[in-house]
Amino acid sequence: MEKQKKAVAVLAEFKDPADLLHAAEKVNEAGYKAYDCHSPFPIHGMDDAMGEKRSPLGWIVGTVAFIAFLGMMAFQGWTSAIDYPLILSGKPLFSYQTFGVASWAVMVLTSAITAVVVMLGLNGLPRLHHPLFYSDNFGKFSDDGFFVSIEAKDPLFHSEKTQQFLESIGGKNIELLEE
Amino acid sequence: MSKEVDTGYDYQVPLITGNQTFSTITDKISSIVESKTTKEWALLFGLASSLMMVMLGSIGYLIWEGIGIWGVNNPVGWGWAIVNFVFWVGIGHAGTLISAVLFLFRQKWRTSINRFAEAMTIFAVICALVFPGIHIGRVWAVYYFFPIPNQMDMWPNFRSPLLWDFFAVGTYFTVSLLFWYTGLIPDLATLRDRAKNSLRKKVLAIFALGWRGGNKQWKHYELAYLLLAGLSTPLVLSVHSVVSTDFATSVIPGWHTTIFPPYFVAGAIFSGFAMVMTLALIARRVYHLEHILTLTHLENMNKIILTTGMMVGYAYSMEFFIAWYSGNPYESFIFVERAFGQYAWAYWTMITCNVFIPQIFWSRKMRRSIPVMFVISIFVNIGMWFERFVIIVSSLAQDFLPSSWDYFSPTVWDVALMVGSFGLFFTLFLLFIRHLPMVAMAEIKGVLPQANPHHAHEGETH
Repeated sequence: MEKQKKAVAVLAEFKDPADLLHAAEKVNEAGYKAYDCHSPFPIHGMDDAMGEKRSPLGWIVGTVAFIAFLGMMAFQGWTSAIDYPLILSGKPLFSYQTFGVASWAVMVLTSAITAVVVMLGLNGLPRLHHPLFYSDNFGKFSDDGFFVSIEAKDPLFHSEKTQQFLESIGGKNIELLEE
Repeated sequence: MSKEVDTGYDYQVPLITGNQTFSTITDKISSIVESKTTKEWALLFGLASSLMMVMLGSIGYLIWEGIGIWGVNNPVGWGWAIVNFVFWVGIGHAGTLISAVLFLFRQKWRTSINRFAEAMTIFAVICALVFPGIHIGRVWAVYYFFPIPNQMDMWPNFRSPLLWDFFAVGTYFTVSLLFWYTGLIPDLATLRDRAKNSLRKKVLAIFALGWRGGNKQWKHYELAYLLLAGLSTPLVLSVHSVVSTDFATSVIPGWHTTIFPPYFVAGAIFSGFAMVMTLALIARRVYHLEHILTLTHLENMNKIILTTGMMVGYAYSMEFFIAWYSGNPYESFIFVERAFGQYAWAYWTMITCNVFIPQIFWSRKMRRSIPVMFVISIFVNIGMWFERFVIIVSSLAQDFLPSSWDYFSPTVWDVALMVGSFGLFFTLFLLFIRHLPMVAMAEIKGVLPQANPHHAHEGETH
């Protein structure tokens, strides 16, 4: 009774941003969790339609920024006042005013790197292989295609019923992706 | 972000003309990258890369022989290298203003120009970073800049503005690169999904990082983009302010003024927009982007050029006023000498290009005339190079001791490096427009009327 192929996801195409938004609401109401709505650009109102929480990225970047600024201040203070004290034009060894510039620069630098790296991490990227790429039709998402995908790891997933459900909410070109 | 009422979809004048759909945008922009290399491109690339070789050759000779090959002397120890550095850093600022500040202010017209303005920023900062690197004379000691433990058990002097500069410009470059690449990810995915050739598909797939455009990805992506815009916005103000402290914290008359940071920032945005304009007009003509880069976009940029040009003009006159009002004889002397002394030719070139000529933009007809704006943008570029020359050289040439006064004349190596830096800039820029989408497709689609989820229903009632 071993199956050759295992269903991994169901993909359905929708006509335009409005249809995708309504589809998202219905998929969300039906109780699916492991689903996503693919579009060439972010659609306003989609987070609400999908019941998505706000990204935690801001808090992560803010924390890193705070630590980076204080860390760089401390580092400059340590090198200038403790490890290698050097009197220059009579300025105090711990000239916090002048340390602010490099601390600010390092804060911006580390925050920007954190924002990009953590964003990719939260998105599970880079991930070059994904079952959705099995579909020949899916490539349209980056041009003018609007798709809903429901993954098999969702407890409500059923390879036939999920397809019927997507059809009932107006999905076209429904595909069962197997591997 | 998702909860706010967004009215940006409705325009009296459409942002993108020609009844575009999502797929016409994709085709238009992607086909530029996917089509065969044209003869014109090859010719321009040959010209630009030859100039770049002139620069690389000059750098080689400079490292071999030392900075004595330049026209620098005593007292003019900072010559064209620093002029070029400040000029190129300034050029970059328009890209950051367009990509970050206009994004935060929800100026949706920026979507047509932000990608190549950001590219311009990165390439301009690369050109800028060359000059302080080679100006230090002993290039092999450049690691002294970095706060790393070394054999001398020494640390850099964090109280020096030259070191602030290193941190400010280094950060600026890295953040601009990250911002640009983040914006490119969805467009690289578009190119990946269109690629026919298997190698091309694989290479693009790697750089697109497996982007799938799911809303669960867009959610984090949009916040990351917003954060990068928020982080870059203060950089528009901070980077050139820090560059100006290289001058303002010294005691040289003509440099030692508190107006320098805002004055430099306004000048940077002014020159940067002029450079964006020059490049945009050429790209628009060559690649037929008239529907995407409309006269409205160009007019908006011309308004910014007019505004910042007058801010710069105000700074020029305020410098003179303060020189007189301070009652400092050295300060007054330098400014009278600037306008009427040995560098008067440079000073009046600057004033003509930066203050007088942009006034033409008060006329709406002139603001919307392609040949006029092209010529003015070139004048502004020239004028802003002269501004840095005037500030740096005229202040140094006549210092406190009349017996050491001298006149700076550039040598052939100064000219070769300056012209060569344009070669480096255009080489990088040509590679960019040949291989990467020069307009942000995903962002353009997002400002089309049909991107609004409520658009379809309104459309049905027509």
